[in-house]
Amino acid sequence: MKYLDEIQLQKRMSSRIIKNNILKQLFLAATLFGLIVLAILFIRIFTEGAAWINWDFLTGRLSTAPERAGIMGAILGTSWLMLIVIPVTLIVGVGTAIYLELYAKKGRFQSFIATNISNLAGVPSIVYGLLGLTIFVRAMSLGNVVLAGGLTLSLLVLPIVIVSAQEAIRAVPQHLSEASYGMGATKWQTVKNIILPASLPGILTGSILALSRAIGETAPLTVLGIPALLIPFPEGLFDTFTALPMQIYYWTLDSSLVEEYAYLAAATIIVLLVLLFLLNSIAIYIRNKYQQRY
Amino acid sequence: MSPLTKSKKVKVDVNVKSNISAPKTNEIVYDTEDLNLWYDKTHALKDINLSIYEKEVTAIIGPSGCGKSTYIKTLNRMVELVPTVRTTGKITYKGKNILDKSFKVEDLRTHVGMVFQKPNPFPKSIYENVAYGPKIHGIRNKKVLDEIVEKSLRGASIWDEVKDRLNENAYGLSGGQQQRLCIARCLAIEPNVILMDEPTSALDPKSTLRIEELVGELKKEYSIIIVTHNMQQAARISDKTAFFLNGEVVEYDDTNNIFTNPADRRTEDYISGRFG
Repeated sequence: MKYLDEIQLQKRMSSRIIKNNILKQLFLAATLFGLIVLAILFIRIFTEGAAWINWDFLTGRLSTAPERAGIMGAILGTSWLMLIVIPVTLIVGVGTAIYLELYAKKGRFQSFIATNISNLAGVPSIVYGLLGLTIFVRAMSLGNVVLAGGLTLSLLVLPIVIVSAQEAIRAVPQHLSEASYGMGATKWQTVKNIILPASLPGILTGSILALSRAIGETAPLTVLGIPALLIPFPEGLFDTFTALPMQIYYWTLDSSLVEEYAYLAAATIIVLLVLLFLLNSIAIYIRNKYQQRY
Repeated sequence: MSPLTKSKKVKVDVNVKSNISAPKTNEIVYDTEDLNLWYDKTHALKDINLSIYEKEVTAIIGPSGCGKSTYIKTLNRMVELVPTVRTTGKITYKGKNILDKSFKVEDLRTHVGMVFQKPNPFPKSIYENVAYGPKIHGIRNKKVLDEIVEKSLRGASIWDEVKDRLNENAYGLSGGQQQRLCIARCLAIEPNVILMDEPTSALDPKSTLRIEELVGELKKEYSIIIVTHNMQQAARISDKTAFFLNGEVVEYDDTNNIFTNPADRRTEDYISGRFG
């Protein structure tokens, strides 16, 4: 006896195929939804802001008069933040990852720490702002200076750097480190000569992506009380500063008072986007260029 | 330690049983006494007693999971990379118990090199691969390193093939060449013993043959312990053969005896292909 009846089969066939086609269209629509919204956003920002970008805007000081306002202060502020975030997250983050992956005894303690770090990566950024405010601004009485902002942002992206560095280290094939240990190398020699070089592309890619998140963060900086006022350019770690996302935030807030501020905000967004795009390109470049096969 | 003291412990001692080869005068390099090893709760090695002699090729054969790889990795304590491992008993290397926690593994592994199952060169140049060992042991002089690299590559009979491209990535070599490079890398630390864990299992027959010829050359200067799946290989290249089964040494004797006149029924069954 045959279980598959030919007539029934044909009947069902067309409905199955129709269902397949409908779902294909639905998935396409889901994809397009995101793309279209993004495109609208881009078009709006570029039509509003592109005209305002010129050399004076990029290099000028902040001003209440829209046509004379420049964002050099914010660009410098963001650069200073990066100068802190990059070394702090790389050293602390990669160090933690090396310890957890290679030195720590595998056990409850290690998995407890690892789980918590993954959880920390999901904590809202404003909470890190509060942490920074409590520790760096108040307890260490640094005030809302570059150092406090940089350390806060470092804390914020540290979990991301740790997790991505851990994954990169774990991806180094065991047989490479075995070969090194087998010749009498210590753990540190193996880490330095074999594991780090092999995992560097992964570590750098993760770190740059984390960095681009830090650049775009606004919430923790607002909590720290970072201004966007007529302040001198920051020249050191203990100067007050403003940053690109803060500038965007305040200009957008005040656009109800002065209409042109909205255009300035759009122009600043373009600058920030270009910066993020550059960073992501560097990450992709590093990943492609140094990716090794084993 | 003299071979005489051993005959009590080794169930089947070569000097007692061997009637084909001339009496061995070689010194013992590794002396294993009542070695037991557990991975967590799995008892992987059971009461191993085995003396390994200098400047010979000792083959370790047996079916998968018999503990042969575990045993060879115990000889340079690589087995400790598995965190749950636990050992009892003694392995004496040149008069010292290497299982003693005060024995530095880095020191041990400088004298005992290892060649792995899969060729595992570093993603570095051919030169850097061979210079790696001497460098981690503190040799910085470029001229000395050059000499070591050439000598080691010659020792692994790969020099002629790679001398014009020492700065190229080792991954450009064929599998067999990579494995000989790994042997050269191992020679560069000037070991006394070379442990080989199924070094030809990932290679084609031609490359396998080259490695086997090389092993024959190397035993003039080094003591070689080779784990192999391939019984013909053990018969071809080794002086002594130990047959492992379920974590125990069933039989250990001159290779000739093992393959022509095994004392234990299980050995006979295994080498005649009835299981394994």
